[in-house]
Amino acid sequence: MCTLEKRGNLFFLTLTGDDDHRLSPAVIDSLISSLSQVASQATRGSALITTAQGNRFFSNGFDLAWAQSAGSKSVAADRLNQMVVSFKPVVGALLSLPMPTIAALPGHAAAGGFLFALCHDYILMRSDRGVLYMSEVDLGLPFPDYFTVAMRSKIGSVSARRDVMLRGMKIKGEEAVRMGIVDSAHDSAESTVEAAVRLGEKLASRKWDGEVYAEIRKGLYPELCGVLGLAAKVITPNL
Amino acid sequence: MCTLEKRGNLFFLTLTGDDDHRLSPAVIDSLISSLSQVASQATRGSVLITTAQGNRFFSNGFDLAWAQSAGSKSVAADRLHQMVVSFKPVVGALLSLPMPTIAALPGHAAAGGFLFALCHDYILMRSDRGVLYMSEVDLGLPFPDYFTVAMRSKIGSVSARRDVMLGGMKIRGEEAVRMGIVDSAHDSVESTVETAVRLGEKLASRKWDGEVYAKIRKGLYPELCGVLGLAAKVITPKL
Repeated sequence: MCTLEKRGNLFFLTLTGDDDHRLSPAVIDSLISSLSQVASQATRGSALITTAQGNRFFSNGFDLAWAQSAGSKSVAADRLNQMVVSFKPVVGALLSLPMPTIAALPGHAAAGGFLFALCHDYILMRSDRGVLYMSEVDLGLPFPDYFTVAMRSKIGSVSARRDVMLRGMKIKGEEAVRMGIVDSAHDSAESTVEAAVRLGEKLASRKWDGEVYAEIRKGLYPELCGVLGLAAKVITPNL
Repeated sequence: MCTLEKRGNLFFLTLTGDDDHRLSPAVIDSLISSLSQVASQATRGSVLITTAQGNRFFSNGFDLAWAQSAGSKSVAADRLHQMVVSFKPVVGALLSLPMPTIAALPGHAAAGGFLFALCHDYILMRSDRGVLYMSEVDLGLPFPDYFTVAMRSKIGSVSARRDVMLGGMKIRGEEAVRMGIVDSAHDSVESTVETAVRLGEKLASRKWDGEVYAKIRKGLYPELCGVLGLAAKVITPKL
């Protein structure tokens, strides 16, 4: 599941459980309603920090075990498709969130979990443990269209995209910084979260208009907005 | 011409001849049928390595001498156009090939030869001799549309694209690595090919599903797929 807390200006969205924080249908629903709550409580100077419990996993993506526990291959494919489709609004909500977003990774982020992290404005991870890994090529799973668009939009380097998507590279923190995928890498789960909180407070102190912030963000990722069906909002400048 | 060999998991496609391996109509036909053969013999763990005979040239591109030996300027233009159009399926075949592709350059790659190299997933070249060179601006030849799209898709840096296409820069191995155009540079032909073989074996050992691999690759280059008229294939995930 996930929990939502507010401390001062900062919203903390935490994937809970002593496991690899799979994005099951229940967790996805929980994320959608939490992000909706965050958006409705947003004020100037709000910021979101998304993290996960424990020190081994951010998230390993969709709940493939639940999909595979289906009676037949076709029901398994349906279950996977259900999670893929139902996760699109999570990406849309993050893309539209009227405040800066920071992902603080306490450990591995793989497949849908890596994508979930990528949907944030800033990503901080550990340098001592944990990897980013798009496992789909190794699992023989094609990417959903919005995954591919998100990765092309958020990973700037052509060779990094090839290494992530076509080579199934397992990327540690410092390499992820060098490849331009994450912003910084820190030597423990605690220092990663602390750095995220410091960054969150710095961004919060800019007291940005959240609606304008969200529109500027969407303008950075027009192809992703398109594939998610997000309309641009017209904002009259307040001069 | 070109030869096709298989050694273990690795397919070796070699441009032959003691010359600069021009992409004449006959060579282009030979490439198309060889790539078709490779695709039909593909299994999990297959890899393609494309290289050329000798130690001076990978390829200097289309056979302009054949075009210019035509009776008139308009026939010359038609001949060039014929080669440009007939080369598109080579690019399409490489983009759709159900296995990782590696270009190992024993020497210069210019114009269409540089483009041919760029169509591979990984490029290795020499650091001691040989350059990458898009000669079109110097020759006063505009780029075919799919050339431009391929270069924009495969060369990530804006300034590198400008240097390649607008600056007619002759780029040696180590500079090409720095510019993000090739993956690595090696101090002789032999070490370039040996490294390509080692990389090929490493990629082969992942035993990727070739159809899924090709689909992920095409998702990385949607604009190039579009200009080549390659349709996306729908693959049902096997769980």
